[in-house]
This record gives sequence, C-alpha cells and structure tokens, in this order.
Amino acid sequence: MLRTLLLTLFVVAIAHAELCKPDAQNAFKVRISIKTALGDNAYAWDANEEYLFKAMVAFAMRRYSSKSTTQISNVLLCNVTDRVSFWFVVTDSSKNVTTVPGSEVEAAIRMNRNRINNAFLLSDKTLQFLKITSTLSPPVEPSTPVWLIVFGVVLCLIVAGIVFLVVSGIQKHKKKNKESTERENLEEKVEVTLENGIPCEALDLKAGHINGVFAADDERFTSL
Amino acid sequence: LSATPEIPKEDGRPKWDNKFQYILSCIGFAVGLGNVWRFPYLCQIHGGGAFLIPYFIALLFEGIPLLHLELALGQYLRKGSIGAWNTISPYLAGVGVGSWMVSILVSLYYNTVLTWVMWYFINSFQEPLPWSVCPLNENRTGFNEECYESTAVNYFWYRKTLNITPDIAESGTLQWWLILCLAACWAIVYLCTIRGIETTGKAIYVTAIFPYLVLTIFLIQGLTLPGATEGLIYLFTPNLNTLKNPRVWLDAATQIFFSLSLAFGGLIAFASYNPTKNDCEKDAVTVAIVNSMTSLYASIPVFSVLGFKATTAYWDCLDRNIISIINEFDLPEESIMRQNYTSWISFLNSSYPEKIAALKLKSCDLQEFLDQSVSGTGLAFIVFTQAIILMPGSQAWAILFFIMLFSLGLSSMFGNIEGVFTPLLELQIIPKSAPKELLSGVICLISFIIALSFTLGSGSYWIDIFDRYAGSVPLLVIAFFEVIGVVYIYKIKRFSKDVEWMTGRKLNLYWQIAWRFISPLLLLSVFMAFVTLQMQKPPSYTAWNPKYEGFPMKEEKVYPPWVQAICVLLAALPCVCVPLVALFHLIKQKCGSKDPSFVPPEVFSCQAANS
Repeated sequence: MLRTLLLTLFVVAIAHAELCKPDAQNAFKVRISIKTALGDNAYAWDANEEYLFKAMVAFAMRRYSSKSTTQISNVLLCNVTDRVSFWFVVTDSSKNVTTVPGSEVEAAIRMNRNRINNAFLLSDKTLQFLKITSTLSPPVEPSTPVWLIVFGVVLCLIVAGIVFLVVSGIQKHKKKNKESTERENLEEKVEVTLENGIPCEALDLKAGHINGVFAADDERFTSL
Repeated sequence: LSATPEIPKEDGRPKWDNKFQYILSCIGFAVGLGNVWRFPYLCQIHGGGAFLIPYFIALLFEGIPLLHLELALGQYLRKGSIGAWNTISPYLAGVGVGSWMVSILVSLYYNTVLTWVMWYFINSFQEPLPWSVCPLNENRTGFNEECYESTAVNYFWYRKTLNITPDIAESGTLQWWLILCLAACWAIVYLCTIRGIETTGKAIYVTAIFPYLVLTIFLIQGLTLPGATEGLIYLFTPNLNTLKNPRVWLDAATQIFFSLSLAFGGLIAFASYNPTKNDCEKDAVTVAIVNSMTSLYASIPVFSVLGFKATTAYWDCLDRNIISIINEFDLPEESIMRQNYTSWISFLNSSYPEKIAALKLKSCDLQEFLDQSVSGTGLAFIVFTQAIILMPGSQAWAILFFIMLFSLGLSSMFGNIEGVFTPLLELQIIPKSAPKELLSGVICLISFIIALSFTLGSGSYWIDIFDRYAGSVPLLVIAFFEVIGVVYIYKIKRFSKDVEWMTGRKLNLYWQIAWRFISPLLLLSVFMAFVTLQMQKPPSYTAWNPKYEGFPMKEEKVYPPWVQAICVLLAALPCVCVPLVALFHLIKQKCGSKDPSFVPPEVFSCQAANS
C-alpha cells in the first residue's frame, strides 16, 4: 500500500517535472517586482504567496471556461528564482498528464488580469506574464477638448477688453468733439459782443446824445 | 543739406505717463525670447563662463553706443524712424524705411512664435499633459508609430502643433487650431497697442515685470531639483580655449546686437515720446545692463532645469540597464543599485561576457546627456516641456512657463508694432480726423491675414527663413548706416551738442571714440564675417520626415532655388531701401521739384521755412 502510494507520487513528481520546466509547451514565465511596486510595504515572496498565485490562476481558468474542474493542484509552479520569477503550467485533470493549451490559459489570464493584479497589490508592469500582452486602456477623451474651453475663456476676455477700449475711445472722441464745438460757440458769442470793442448792450442803452461842442462848432463855419 | 528743426513746446505728441514706463518699455522691447533660449545656449557651447568676456566687450563697444545713439536721436528729433532720418537728411530717409520694413517682417513671424506659445499654454490645463503620453494607434494594439519612434514631446510638437510637412516645398494645409490661436494673439496685440503708447504703457507694467517673477520662481524650484548643480557647473565652467575661435566673438557680437533690438526703429519711436530734457545717456546704459543681467539671470533656472533633465535621463538609462541585467540573470530586486552599477558590470562582464553582450546595454554617460544642447524653439517646446513633465505639479509649471514666454514675446512685439505704427501715424496714411484705433486695427488685421501663411504645414520652415534672413543681415546694414549717417552726415559735433543740451552735461570721450571709430568698424567686420559664414555652406534646413531612414533624426535638406531667391529678397529688400530712396530723392531734386521733400509739410513745419 505504502509502496504504491510512494510509486504514484514519484510518477506524478516526474510527470510534473516534465510538464513544468522553462520553455516547456504551454508554460508561461511570470516575473514579479514587489519592491518596485510597493517600496517599503513590500511583502516577501514565500510559499503562501505561491499558493495564492495557484489559486488565482485556478480561479481564472474556472471563470473563463465556466467548468469547475480546475483545482489548485492543477497549477504547477517551477524554477522560482530570487528575482522573483517562475514558470507555471496548468494541467488538465480530465486528460492524463497533459497541459491545458496555452491559448486558453492566455485568454483566461487576460480576462481576469485585473483581479489577479489586485490580489497581489501589483500592476500590469510589476506582475508580468511574459508572453501575454496586456490590452492598453484607451485614454479618457472629454467630449469637448479642454484646450478649446480655455481658448474660449481667453478669447472672451480679449474681445471684452477690445470692445471696452474702443467704446471708451469713441465716447472720449465724442466728448472731445462736443466740448470743442461748445467752446467754439462760446467763443463766437463772446466775439460778437466784443466785436466793436464796445459791448452792444452798452451801445443800445446809450440813447442818442447830442454833443454840444460839435453842435456849437457847426455854427462857426461860414456858409459858402 | 538740412536745418536744425525747432522743437515746439506743446506739439500734441503723446507722451509717457512717467519715466519708469519709458524705461520699462525699452527693457521689455530688448528683453525677449532670445534672452531665455539663445543666450544660455551660446554660453554653453562657447566655453561657459569664458563666453562672458567677448559678450561684455561687445556690450561695451557695440551695444551701449548704438543704443545711446538711437535713444538720443529719437528723443531729440521727436519723430519715428522714417521722420527722424528724413530730418537728418532726406537722402537718408531710406534708413528709416528699411527699419520700418524690418519691423513689419519681424512682427509677422514673431507673433506666430507667440501663437505656438499660446497653443502650449491652453493645452497645459489638462491632466495628464498632452505631450507626456503617446496616443494609441487605430486598432489600439500599441502606440502611434511616429510617436513611438521619437518621443511623445517631439510628436506633440511636430505633429499635433505644427503638423509639419516633410519638405518646405509641400505647403500642406492651414491648421485651424493655429489659426484660432493666431487670431487670439493678434487680438491681444491689438488690445495692447490700440492707442499707441497710451495703452502699451499700461500693459507694459504687467508684461515686463511678470517674467522676472516667474524666472525667480523657476530659479528657486530649479535649484532644488536633483542634478541642478551639475547643470550649473557645466554651464559656468570657463573654458578659455574657446576664445581662440573667432566664431565665439562673432556670436557674442551678434547676440548683443540682436538682443538689444537695435535698428528696428522701435527704440527711436519710444524715445520720441520723451520730453527732450531727459538723460538719454543714463537710460541707454541702464537698459543695456538690465538686458544683459536678465540674460544671465535667466540662464540659471534654464540650466538648473536642463541639468535636472540630463540627470533624470542618465538615471533612466542606468535603470533600464539594471532591469535588463536583473531580468537576464534573475537576481533579486534592488541588488544592483545605481551606485554599485559599475562594479557589478565589470564583475558580470568578466564572468559572463557573451550574456552581457547579448543584452546590448546602452552606455550611460552624464556628460553626453548634458552635451545635448538646444536653442530656440527646440529648447522651449521640446526640452523644457520634457523636463516639466518630470516635475511634481507639472500643470502649474507649464502654465507659468508659457505665460512667462508669452509676456516676454508680447513686450518685444510692442516695440516692433510701435516701430511700424509711429512712422505711419506721422506720414498720415489715414486722415487726421480718423481715430488712432483705426490705424492700429488695420495694421493688426493685415498682419494677421499675411501671417496666416505661417500656419500652413510648412510654416515653421518659413519662420526659420524669416528669422535667419529678414531679422539678421538687414539690421546690421541699417545700424551701420545709422552710425555713419549720424556721425559723418549729421556731423558728430552737432550731435554731441544736441546730446549735451538734452542731458545737461558734457559728452564723455568714450562716446565720441565709440561712435566715430569703434562701432562702425565693429559693425562692418561683424557684417562681413556674418555674410561670409552664411555663404560658406549652401543654405540648408533640417526637416522632420517620418519616412526618413534615420528617423527620429531630422533630415538635412537644401533649399530649392525659388526658396533661395526669397531668402535673398528678404535680406536685400530692407537694405536696398537705403540707396533706392536716396536715388529717388536725387531724381526728384534734379527734376526741379519746388517741394522741399516728398514728406507732407506737417512733419517739417519749420523745415520749409528754413530750407
């Protein structure tokens, strides 16, 4: 009994070693940069983290193919380095000693990439699946470009300034014209009254006055 | 030949509100974009601190004398450039016409540079800054190819802003966003120059002082950035060997000359609004020194930021190499840091040379990054914008930087427009009853329409041409004739007496020597050297061509013959005005015309009586 158990375990181990090795078929390399992502809050990569990783991959496979046959034991990790990097494969429990095709694994990982990243507090760049490209998120485009709004504000201010200056210029011009015409009228009136050197009112007021001296002189002339 | 004009007491000429406004306007005109993006570059490539020696010698013997000459001329004759030169001698009116033409040509393209600044300014309100990320390509599988091969900053400048064509002969289409910004810029210029110095005098308080505030803020920020000290040391370390190269002296002379905005006619116009009893000697020295000090002051934050950028690029280079090595050898993170990088590299190279060679690591050299010197629009729109992305709070820095550039350019535009506006006002192109606002409006509208051609795809190539040919050689020629005209035709003795009357003290011997001999000789030699240097190689330009095999390097191309003809025309037209107008006047005199001159009589109310 014990011998058969040991033998099966041995066979399984060999099989696993065969399935999971660098550059094996349907195997993917993962590279994790915890210190880059978290700095001082970095956690250490140990067996528990590896267990979580296997669980997340199994979760991804289950969600993708929506059949609950993938177990944590189906995910094999190997060649863990200090970097931290390792290879993993997903075995198919229904078929004997085979791996799930790489395309399926890739699609499953892609679909659940966000969940996997968040489980480890990492991002696409710090938790890298080397053969799986991440889809780039489209940039957020507001309906009106921001620069157009700013431009509108600037232009309104400028136009308001120009209108104000032009209008005030026209008003000043009109006032100057009105002032100059008023001044001209005033000068004319003043000139009229002083034209003869004698105020007209004075002339009007003075009644005709016979100068006795001249009247007397007239009689002194001998008539011819 | 000419008579001394009498200066009427109240001639209804607009005047400055106070002396400070006048000085500020002259300083604003002189201090422009070149102080920020040309002087630091020259300092860097010509041996750092050693460049200051030819710079200050040129300032002393060329800059200050010519500046004093122009200010004294305008102040005494109380007329714009055309009127002033006509007064000196009708045969020299061509000098004024040449100045006026150069002012027009420079205004056209200078405001388009301000358009680019405005475009960047209104784009600085976004998060993230649009020049920090590459846009995705059509099927969203990767980044736009042109952007990916060069950098996001380059892409935003060449594609999103200029939408540049690969060749100057291909005009491309009008870029509507640039047309909008151009309209806004000319509207701002109209707003500020609408009533001549009445309005520019108020605007100059903001546009001339604000750049100093921003430069100070950038100075404080720049000095706190990592790598700033490397940049500053690199800038100021004197290398006296460069002084043996005559090119350095030529660059110093031309930099002083163009930096002070001489021979544009704008300074004459500004000075003509002064009261005559004003110390123009002190003004000239003040303006020249403030201009040079500003150049020095501006180079400190510029080089702190450039040092920061070089250091960051160097660290990025190191980090990329470190990541490659760590990934290749599966070493734990942070085992190789920047400090022990070199020791690790030597160790790994000795143990696994083939693996290291296969990685194709780039050699990271801080000096190499510091050596990448740029001047002009490249400095502002490519290098500096890249540095701004790396600073925390990039939007604020970008907004501050572009408002500063805009103010610097706008205050120079005031001088340019004044150089166009004042002579036209005096020539009475529009009837006296029409308001000044109409003339300035017409000038701005016509300039806007002509400047639309700079918003084409090939527009920036044309602006380079205008900058190199219209804004360089003609100024040297006009300044030479200015000095010769005043010293030998108006006669230096009379001019000295006029200046003494204005300043109230005897003219120093230094001015006499400088005006009579040193400045004309210096101008002549600079002109000869400049033209010789330009003629040495065929006029070429660098084009941004995504299909070029060396992309993202720019492609070196030669100007087609019709473009070369335009270059010659631009350079020759203002210069040729001088002899042409003299000839015209000669013919008019010979034809026995009884009119004293072709300028309307109001300009010469006393001239007519005396001649």
